[in-house]
Amino acid sequence: MTIKKEQLIVGIETSCDETAVAIVKNGKEIVANVVASQIESHKRFGGVVPEIASRHHVEQVTLVLEEAFRQGKVGIDEIDAIAVTEGPGLVGALLIGVNAAKALAFAHNIPLVNVHHIAGHIYANRLIEEMNFPLLSLVVSGGHTELVFMKEHGHFEVIGETRDDAAGEAYDKVARVLGLPYPGGPHIDRLAHEGTADLDLPRAWLETGSYDFSFSGLKSAVINTVHNAEQRGEKIAPETLAASFQASVVDVLVTKAVQAAKEYKVKQVLLAGGVAANKGLRAALTTAFESLEDIQLVIPPLSLCTDNAAMIAAAGSILFDKGKRADLTLNGNPGLEISIHN
Amino acid sequence: MKILSIDTSNYALGIGLLDETQVMGEYISNIKKNHSVRVMPAIQTLMNECGVNPKDLTKIVVAKGPGSYTGVRIGVTIAKTLAWTLNIPITGVSSLETLAASAGRYFNGYISPLFDARRGQIYTGLYQFKDGQLLSVESDQLVLTTEWAPKLKAMDRDILFVGNDLPLHSEAIKDMLGAKAQFAVVTEHNPRPAELALLGRDKPAEDPHSFVPNYIRLAEAEAKWLEAQKNNN
Ligand SMILES: [Zn+2]
Repeated sequence: MTIKKEQLIVGIETSCDETAVAIVKNGKEIVANVVASQIESHKRFGGVVPEIASRHHVEQVTLVLEEAFRQGKVGIDEIDAIAVTEGPGLVGALLIGVNAAKALAFAHNIPLVNVHHIAGHIYANRLIEEMNFPLLSLVVSGGHTELVFMKEHGHFEVIGETRDDAAGEAYDKVARVLGLPYPGGPHIDRLAHEGTADLDLPRAWLETGSYDFSFSGLKSAVINTVHNAEQRGEKIAPETLAASFQASVVDVLVTKAVQAAKEYKVKQVLLAGGVAANKGLRAALTTAFESLEDIQLVIPPLSLCTDNAAMIAAAGSILFDKGKRADLTLNGNPGLEISIHN
Repeated sequence: MKILSIDTSNYALGIGLLDETQVMGEYISNIKKNHSVRVMPAIQTLMNECGVNPKDLTKIVVAKGPGSYTGVRIGVTIAKTLAWTLNIPITGVSSLETLAASAGRYFNGYISPLFDARRGQIYTGLYQFKDGQLLSVESDQLVLTTEWAPKLKAMDRDILFVGNDLPLHSEAIKDMLGAKAQFAVVTEHNPRPAELALLGRDKPAEDPHSFVPNYIRLAEAEAKWLEAQKNNN
């Protein structure tokens, strides 16, 4: 009998405005997790500026790599594979992580594994709880709103996605209407808890049986409500607006997640993506799944919901075991689709 | 000594290997294709053919710009990652200096290497070989061709212009400089990665962590933001 040695995977993630490197053992245990956030720099512009993000990634990439190896007390010769975010994301930003990963893989002759960013977000859950298939993941972030069904490891089937804005995008736009600083999501979440959802805002359910989402109508309704009130010389309390908006978003997300979980008879529901940090969403999901005893709800801690490289290493670990490899021609792919056999 | 040089700052892609006595190999292509896909395979192919392992490398020299922001970042990212992980020195060399060295070693005058920077602008500088050493006469800059050429008119020697983007600017240069302007021939317009390696060989090593491209320009949003700050104060 051969004893399987411990597997160590380095993850590298630079798809947006975080330069991140992590080392994960056996796909589940974080050995090191370093994230250099650029958010302070981008705040000045009210959003992420791609060229500036790329510049920061170049400034940070080897520093973050070194810090991860120092934190993990691991040598590069102990590493089994390097997993890197291939896409989707900002192309200039992705290129930094991809090329650093390729240089590292080449220098030490280590296998390279390309990872889809959303697969990473989903696998963040495996760092706190073993996956139990079939499962459903609700992915909510600044760029994504998706329901992903997984019948086994590495199998990603998108059963619903947004037809216009991502939920996080809608949050940022509504935050702008309310004059809140970037990024707006956390501010709306905070305000929502101080107000009550008294305004009747629309919920886009779409066709019966569809698990797709649409948030642009809701966003327009918020804008119209604010303008109409202004024209009447009234002002709606931002707390009320935030609470009503959040109630609408959360209602749709939770209702569709519950329906899909039942239809697909899943054993687990995993929350993933930056908006998973939203307290309103966490609370509503927890309540909704409390009554569904045979479905386990997993919500990662905040630090694993936002972009990080531990999640990329965690997904990379499974893909590596399944034999997935990238060669030195690997490129950043800003519009990469998640597919059933990623 | 085995120096690996990398230049992805413009359309030409260049990889070089230099040891104590000879240029072991060079790879150059001048096509509008994605550097990100091609650089690492080119490095791998060249090193394999030359029988050089990554661990044999003693220094990485990279063209640090000016040029395409994305292009130069690809080369710099690879260079600094290799230098850091192999624990060897990294040195940056101006992409324009590399181009000047590739064409004007025996030219008795000034060399103006250039890359097109759109809207009538060029990235250029002024260089001169003196006793075999390449000296900078005017630092690398972003300038309108119509401003650069008249400035050179007052110089005491002929000017050699070099670069693949010359056809876009040669008329304007000729109009203003007449016979004072000389133009490199077609085989001299690609920056030579071996020249890059040689230039970098004798320059001091830099810290891989703080090593960044020389963009010449601030990011547009950054420049606007600084301008707004100034107006607010
Ligand atoms: Zn993300």
